[in-house]
Amino acid sequence: MSGNLTLRQLEDKANVLRKDIIAMLEEAGSGHSAGPLGLADLVTTLYFDIMKIDPKNPEWNERDYFFLSNGHCAPVQYAAMAEAGYFSKDELMTLRKWGSRLQGHPERTKLPGLENTSGPLGSGLSQAAGVAYVLQHIDNHMHRFVYCITGDGELDEGNIWEAAMFAGKYKLSQLIVFVDRNNIQIDGNTEDVMPLEDLAGKWRSFGWHVQEIDGHNIESIQDAVGMAKAIENRPSVIITHTIPGKGVDFMEYDYHWHGMPPNHEQAKEALKELRTLRGKIRSEHE
Amino acid sequence: MSSHYPLAENLFSDDVKAEPIRAGFGRGLKLAGEQDERVVALCADLTESVQMHLFKESFPNRYIEVGVAEQNLVTVASGMARAGKIPFTASYAAFSPGRNWEQIKTTAALNDMPVKVVGGHAGLYTGPDGATHQMLEDIAIMRTMPNMIVVVPGDSVEAEKATLAIAKNGKPTYLRVARDKTPIFSTADSPFEIGKAYVLREGKDVTLCGTGTMTYELLVAAEELKKHSIDAEVVHVPTVKPLDTETIQASAHKTGRVVTAEEGQIAGGLGGAIAEYLGEHMPVPIKRLGVEDRYGESGAPREVLEHFGLDGKHLAEKIREFVKRVPQYKKGY
Repeated sequence: MSGNLTLRQLEDKANVLRKDIIAMLEEAGSGHSAGPLGLADLVTTLYFDIMKIDPKNPEWNERDYFFLSNGHCAPVQYAAMAEAGYFSKDELMTLRKWGSRLQGHPERTKLPGLENTSGPLGSGLSQAAGVAYVLQHIDNHMHRFVYCITGDGELDEGNIWEAAMFAGKYKLSQLIVFVDRNNIQIDGNTEDVMPLEDLAGKWRSFGWHVQEIDGHNIESIQDAVGMAKAIENRPSVIITHTIPGKGVDFMEYDYHWHGMPPNHEQAKEALKELRTLRGKIRSEHE
Repeated sequence: MSSHYPLAENLFSDDVKAEPIRAGFGRGLKLAGEQDERVVALCADLTESVQMHLFKESFPNRYIEVGVAEQNLVTVASGMARAGKIPFTASYAAFSPGRNWEQIKTTAALNDMPVKVVGGHAGLYTGPDGATHQMLEDIAIMRTMPNMIVVVPGDSVEAEKATLAIAKNGKPTYLRVARDKTPIFSTADSPFEIGKAYVLREGKDVTLCGTGTMTYELLVAAEELKKHSIDAEVVHVPTVKPLDTETIQASAHKTGRVVTAEEGQIAGGLGGAIAEYLGEHMPVPIKRLGVEDRYGESGAPREVLEHFGLDGKHLAEKIREFVKRVPQYKKGY
């Protein structure tokens, strides 16, 4: 899947994912808006540039692994999977509906291509670490990587730091983790709810290689992953600074959009913004 | 005695052979490792306590120490299962599944990964460590989890067979083992299959269903009851889920009265499981014996067991009282 798209094409893909996310959430009538929009650039870069995957053969035994630890951001993963060809894009509109394979929070047994069942926070990192341990210390598959996205609010969970200690001890260098640093969680800003800083220092002290990047700059994401792959004897965490609700002006930075879908009017407005790149494209008729 | 289930010799003498159930698990795990290289073992800082040292010595490359971190224990195991392994995780039952139930549910059971959760030092036999370590709720909390298999071996010989069986079942599974020495009633030739209950002794007046260490105590109780002209049938139920409802119902049909015994809370455990099933299908009178909404406390294992009335002698008294008080359910129901 990797490496064939230009930067411009990747940016366009991210915009497609954002539009799909808005449409899915409006249709579903419930779900999370801010996180998925904020992660669109990262997830696009992973699915369409970085990861070695085969959407037609999800269990391919040479694939890289992707663990979404903050399962509530499923819409962005579903949108990327549909765009990549794991399933038809029509199916996106079944999100959260009865009989859908696109459960409100991802269920591995329902949808081929998912590596984990996730939603309750704090466990995806451990699962990613478990795979990374097997690849590195048991099966000697040194050319495969395990990618994991965690939320920042999710780092309140003790399970995360148990996994951080474990990955540090076993020097899981094929494990590359992105912390979605968007500074919001359900009850407010992360630093008000439960302060996380010094976040880089925390990971460093657990034995991790730490980078901080702009999560909306695709080249930064590519560079950081390149660096993470080059680091030996340590797991890598990339603190990915993102804007919650990125791409939709009235959602950006506002924690109220963490767990809310747009209604019809809001979705219309959001889609228009995404289509016209916030009015930069002026030719569109009302 | 039933002809289908060979029982050990000298069962009721003082020199009945005894061994901790966990020792059987340790041997079984090593054998499972020999039989299948996908078997890996993860431990939370209790290697020898839960008898994983045998596996560790034989397969150091497949043994993973995770430290005192039970949430990580099972979730790392879930990842390893995703990468094709058959992970056995072990700690004390009070901590796993006591502390990490949600992680087990989401990443092993709902996720349908063949993670094995081995709860060591379960039940009252953990004696001197006291209430915090005497896990009494594990059967109940694991039994309510869809897609989870729950196995409670009766002795160390059966524990070895059960360990080999669960290594092959491809399902998330809970295995409950005890710390202290307990009598061995089964033999190398006794059958064990996941999901099967076994009639160890035939009788017509009352059915006694036991799981784990309580099966032996029920055999002792049945001997005692004989002296009082009560002919008890003893059914060993080493798999609490899925429950062998056929064997249990057939026995209930025959005797018209059922007693259950377990080294744990009667609410939701084996007694709960059998009462739920028979209540809907063959409502015979039922007496559940075990711990009744209480916590344990420190003491020598047998002392604690006797305090809760779960040794053979006390069980026999309670069963006598039940049989005297409650008529058999009408045959032919």
